[in-house]
Amino acid sequence: MPGRAARQGEAVMLIRRAPDMKWSEVTDEKLYLGRRQFLQTTAGVAMAAAAGASIGCSTVSADDQLPGRKLSYKEGPFGTTEKETPYKDVTTYNNFYEFGTGKSDPAQNAGTLVTSPWSIQIDGECAKKGTYHLDDLIKPYQLEERIYRMRCVEAWSMVIPWVGFPLASLVKQCAPTPKAKYVKFTTLYNPVQMPGQNVPVLKWPYVEGLRMDEATNPLAILAVGLYGHTLPNQDGAPIRLVTPWKYGFKGIKSIVKIEFVEKQPLNTWQQTRPNEYGFYANVNPHVDHPRWSQATERRIGEFFRRPTLMFNGYGDQVASMYAGMDLRKYF
Amino acid sequence: MTTTRWIRWVLKPALFTAALVPVAYLIWAALTGNLTANPIQELEHETGLWTLRFVCLTLAVTPLRRVTGWNSLIRFRRMLGLYAFFYGTLHLLTYVVLDQFFAFQTMLVDVTKRPYITVGFAGFVLMIPLAITSTAGMIRRLGGRRWNLLHRLIYVTAVAGVVHYWWLVKADERSPERYALAVGVLLGFRLLYLAWKSRSRLAPAPAAAGGRTPFRLDAERDASLD
Repeated sequence: MPGRAARQGEAVMLIRRAPDMKWSEVTDEKLYLGRRQFLQTTAGVAMAAAAGASIGCSTVSADDQLPGRKLSYKEGPFGTTEKETPYKDVTTYNNFYEFGTGKSDPAQNAGTLVTSPWSIQIDGECAKKGTYHLDDLIKPYQLEERIYRMRCVEAWSMVIPWVGFPLASLVKQCAPTPKAKYVKFTTLYNPVQMPGQNVPVLKWPYVEGLRMDEATNPLAILAVGLYGHTLPNQDGAPIRLVTPWKYGFKGIKSIVKIEFVEKQPLNTWQQTRPNEYGFYANVNPHVDHPRWSQATERRIGEFFRRPTLMFNGYGDQVASMYAGMDLRKYF
Repeated sequence: MTTTRWIRWVLKPALFTAALVPVAYLIWAALTGNLTANPIQELEHETGLWTLRFVCLTLAVTPLRRVTGWNSLIRFRRMLGLYAFFYGTLHLLTYVVLDQFFAFQTMLVDVTKRPYITVGFAGFVLMIPLAITSTAGMIRRLGGRRWNLLHRLIYVTAVAGVVHYWWLVKADERSPERYALAVGVLLGFRLLYLAWKSRSRLAPAPAAAGGRTPFRLDAERDASLD
């Protein structure tokens, strides 16, 4: 594998790379995982240094006090003007079973995740296969802020100011072949860094997928930050999917692999409970979860439930993709 | 101080106070914003768990008496059972008032259409006659045998509670499994004890007749002490 990645890297040169980054540095997964485990022991020092740096950089706005590296971005389209869910809630109330199944587990346990260096493997039915350093991969794209509603399948919701770039841009760069009908995403598998993976609640690693037209829909983004700063680990650092018209579990976190495939991928929740979670997982108030209603939701921070909107209110952008489909069957 | 007085004036008040700690904590956490970003759901979960815990504690009294021989334990059983009902009521109220805010139509659909809610609701309803007949007067009026028979409904509530919990989790079934194990052991003990007793020469007759006498006496004595 390292040989292949390096060779392909030199041959392909898909994405401009930082001058300090050689393709030979894109190492075999096993090797870099080993290095990460070593790095973990010094993570405390690194975090302390990072904290010092962020304090050193702080200037005027309260936003600067947030953890993570400040990102530069422009304002993106489709933003809602609804009240944003407070940063504290977005970063302490998470479903990220790789760090535990409780809502506060990810915020408590995700410190072990090492997000730099981070490599993403591009594979499958596309011309630009290879393993790329994350920084190289996202360098060509102008980051945008997208303030989206997020509706969890558990009937709660948030409004989150993501920072990311259109998934469509990356798909285009990868030059998928005509055989590519779906995009399959895979989360990091590393039980040392992700202790929740020691428990077989789900089949690891987490897998998600989108139909090609969904992946290239302008609403779909790969997010690398929120509230103007790099993603906290518990929110899926360093890079995650955001598809606001679908239930939150489609938004796969900490992605290490993006594949173009011909057959519909079997996403993790569908695999776990096929009668309860489908491939599409479009937000739909008329199709209940077998065990609970999806007609209403509780917006985090609000007392009264509010009605859930079809496609989470993004029907104008996405409804046409599902014209003629029986959404009760393809839930 | 005699054992009776010790239980009445020290141990029972201590248990009464201790059993209020969870609700005191939940109120404090709710008021200070320490109940996660979704406090209503957290309240639902926590009051539900405390209901199950008190049901288990109530069910643990008899096995503990048999094993330790400390029969005075029976004098704590009513309080534990009433606390199970208390937390069950809080659980239901959280759902009715905070979660659904009296959306009776939705709740009606929930209770009739969603098995986990149907089962949970049934488990709660079955506790109502037990709470009503928990007084000394009611025990006397019903007579020990009928009272004991009626109060075996707690077994159904315990099973319903575990099923309710099991059916609502998304994928991580470890916690409901633990409660299922606890309830299984507590009910299993009773079956084994019954089997052992009906074999043994010491017990004149199985469950229905004389075998229940100690229960009746305990319940009546306990009631008369309060």
